[in-house]
Amino acid sequence: MASTATTTTRKLGKAIDLKYQPGFSQIAWFCIAVLYAPIAVLVFFSFNENRSVTVWTQFSLDWYVKAWNNEGIQHAALISLEVALVAMIASTIMATMAALVTTRTASYRGLNSAIAVINQPLMVPEIVTAVATLIFFAIIKQVTGVSGIGYLIAAHTAFCIPFAYMPIRARLEDMNLSLEQAAADLYAPPFKVFRRVTLPLMMPGILAGAMLAFIVSLDDVIITLFVAGPGETTLPLYILGQIRRGVTPEINAVSTVFVGISVILVTFIFLFGKNKK
Amino acid sequence: MTDQPTTHIQLSSSVVAEAKRLRNTRYALLAPGILTIFCIGIMPLSIVLVYSFLEPGDFGGISWVLSFDAYVQLLFEEDIFDETLSFTTDYIQIFLRSVSLALFTTIACLLVGFPTAYFIATQPPARRNAWLFLITIPFWTNLLIRTYAMLLILRDQGVINLSLIEIGLIDSPIPMLYTDFAVCLGLVYAYLPFMVLPIFASLEKLDFRLVEASYDLYATRFKVLKRIIVPLAKPGIAAGCILVMIPSLGAFITPALLGGGKSLMLGNLIELQFGQARNWPFGSAIALVLMVLVMLSLISYLRFGAKKGTPAHG
Amino acid sequence: MSQQPATAAIDIRETSKIYGKDRASGVVALDDVSLVIEDNEFFTLLGPSGCGKTTLLRLIAGFEQPTHGEILLFGEHLEGLPPYKRPVNTVFQHYALFPHMTVAENISFGLEMLDKPATEISSVVKEVLGLVQMNHLADRKTDQLSGGQQQRVALARALAPKPKVLLLDEPLSALDFKLRKEMQVELKRLQNETGITFIFVTHDQEEALTMSDRVAVMRDGLILQVGNPSEIYDRPARRFVADFIGDINILKGSIVSRDGSLATVQLDAGHQGEAGLPMNAESLGQEVSVAIRPEQLSFVADAAKANLSGTIEHISYFGSGFDYAILMPSGEKVMLQIQNRGGENLAYQLGDQVHIAISDNSMQILAD
Repeated sequence: MASTATTTTRKLGKAIDLKYQPGFSQIAWFCIAVLYAPIAVLVFFSFNENRSVTVWTQFSLDWYVKAWNNEGIQHAALISLEVALVAMIASTIMATMAALVTTRTASYRGLNSAIAVINQPLMVPEIVTAVATLIFFAIIKQVTGVSGIGYLIAAHTAFCIPFAYMPIRARLEDMNLSLEQAAADLYAPPFKVFRRVTLPLMMPGILAGAMLAFIVSLDDVIITLFVAGPGETTLPLYILGQIRRGVTPEINAVSTVFVGISVILVTFIFLFGKNKK
Repeated sequence: MTDQPTTHIQLSSSVVAEAKRLRNTRYALLAPGILTIFCIGIMPLSIVLVYSFLEPGDFGGISWVLSFDAYVQLLFEEDIFDETLSFTTDYIQIFLRSVSLALFTTIACLLVGFPTAYFIATQPPARRNAWLFLITIPFWTNLLIRTYAMLLILRDQGVINLSLIEIGLIDSPIPMLYTDFAVCLGLVYAYLPFMVLPIFASLEKLDFRLVEASYDLYATRFKVLKRIIVPLAKPGIAAGCILVMIPSLGAFITPALLGGGKSLMLGNLIELQFGQARNWPFGSAIALVLMVLVMLSLISYLRFGAKKGTPAHG
Repeated sequence: MSQQPATAAIDIRETSKIYGKDRASGVVALDDVSLVIEDNEFFTLLGPSGCGKTTLLRLIAGFEQPTHGEILLFGEHLEGLPPYKRPVNTVFQHYALFPHMTVAENISFGLEMLDKPATEISSVVKEVLGLVQMNHLADRKTDQLSGGQQQRVALARALAPKPKVLLLDEPLSALDFKLRKEMQVELKRLQNETGITFIFVTHDQEEALTMSDRVAVMRDGLILQVGNPSEIYDRPARRFVADFIGDINILKGSIVSRDGSLATVQLDAGHQGEAGLPMNAESLGQEVSVAIRPEQLSFVADAAKANLSGTIEHISYFGSGFDYAILMPSGEKVMLQIQNRGGENLAYQLGDQVHIAISDNSMQILAD
């Protein structure tokens, strides 16, 4: 990795560098390699002309075109987007409201319980939540006779809330209360303080929270598997079904797109997160 | 204000009114989020509890007949002909597999994740952000897709096998899939970022002047690691472990894709009951067993992770 | 008691602020405090950290509500009113400028909230920018300004809505020495020009003496003494006040006779002379503490003119002068300050026997 010149200096430097621990950098590089190797293979071969995942013939976007034109994929993509967008908006709004009253405040009765409830979806394995939600919705469907994609959206909203909550809360904690006090001191009633001072300054956190909620909803498999009704197949469910039947190259293409979306969103989150520093 | 030799404080009415308004606003803002999670996340869990004590319905679902069959079924098998119960280890095996795989995964993630997190935390800021970015991307990439990618690599016509055959090391593919090994590998691959990021968060706050002080007092690198760095990173380590342990215990996708029908974990077993096997009460019972396991893990996390004395942070 | 309570800018009546369930188990930040601040005054709340000065300021501003007591602004009750309903503005210790707004937008904020017409807003903003000499920076974002510039913007923002009272919470503490001295003069000038009552909080006693019309010295939630700077300095009523402000000598003595606000006191160290009495002189016993400022003492060659004598125990040189610590036969020590005048000081060395004269009217009997 390094030229011989820098290696010697590095060896000397290592003797003095108090942060150095032997072998750790190798493990770190190994870790990254392990994490990216499978993804790299997937992405690489999604551009492969033939169906094989091991023999490269030539570069081709065929599979992407095929995937784009596949009706099953189109429908699944639309469903995924619909659910993710609604869940993102609903959960972000609720998370923002909750963050406003659970951060930068003296302790009050119910505060710790409220925070525990908000974080609850993170503490329970998805399969258990999936089962519980399935049972619960089954009862409601029986009692009211109402069905539809609303159930799926509601389930997604619930588990997206803690993900939206985290960055919003982090951003709020960084904001000094004296700014809002100054606004109140200058004759702004509480709602105007929120609209003119708190909200604009919170925006980076809210946007990061929204994006997190969006990704989490888009990626979800287990809960969706249990709760989705007929015709509500999301993209991950479609992919799962295809995988169970056998590997197809269109799936590689769709998967690569997913990876691309994650990269874009993580980039945004990093940019917004850095802003506050 | 009248002269009040009271020990208890009485506030003026306008002050009390203001406080009340604040409280009402507070609960109003909390309500939607709390209610949503409560109704969809928490309350249904109690329904699962109830269901585990019922009998399966004829066409799926349940019938409202009280029964302990579901729990009995965990340990005993009923002979369909003479209705005698005989002890079976089928489900115990799955239970043990889940626990041991989850433990193995956590330990493996710790062994790889800690050095990685340490390395990243000790990089200069520009490089550190680059590394963080690289670790964060798999963290937010769809688990299904990452497991699928692992599938592509491990299967008989996968990258590893075909490359080894190419090189000539082996003649025919080594079956790696559909084994406990594959599932464990898949789990480690899936949850490695969950271990790295919390440990990194802890180490980032580490005051390296403490390390400097211990070197000054003749400690070796290993001793510094063992006696200073690791103890101070305990909160992050504990958090990382619980963030890996809980999803691993309840894993479904990874064993489904990489374990086939041969390496079932509790998650798969549960899914089976709500799918083909149509035994909702049994599925509920297993889900509750899983919850108990999760609770035990959480309790030991709180005991171990929270037991820290006052950490000496800079 | 104030003769015309209706015209006082701020009237604080028996006000307490207690955090917690009750007096015994809670924290008493303000203990039954009463104070009258007049219109067009530069009034300072002075004391060490934790004395309650900031709490008092926040009670006037409205960020906290009193546990007991009343606060009146030109005769109007303020208790229960939220901050945005009080015609009082605050300059915060760390400025609290809105980072997402420009200088001009910060300054116009209060006027916007009061629904003033746009033309009025722009003319006031211009006027106030001129007052603090920041016209050229109107469109800058606030995080691009230096500390001193941010301070001026904070001032301008608080002055723009033309409040009845301006509250300043240690606004100069984050500035370096030279800038602080400049701003002290600035603030004094601003108060004179605008005629607005300034209530200034600080722990820096020099600052308090330089800028104020009157000072309230506070400690542990109580007001120990209120008066103009020379009263506070030359006639401290309490030991804490004497000690907190400048350097002080405190000697033991006993009262020989009284006459109105004066008394004849016999110092244990030997001298007998006239001393001022504090306000509640009735509760004083015969044994008292007497305060004398170091600059009121001087060396004399002639023993006949001396009031005290002793041996020089310690000399400190601080550039512009010397501090001498002198041990007297009574066992007490006094401190003396002399300006650096070249050769003159060489006459006094460690171990020398010296004679000291006390200036007239400089002894003050302390209440505690």
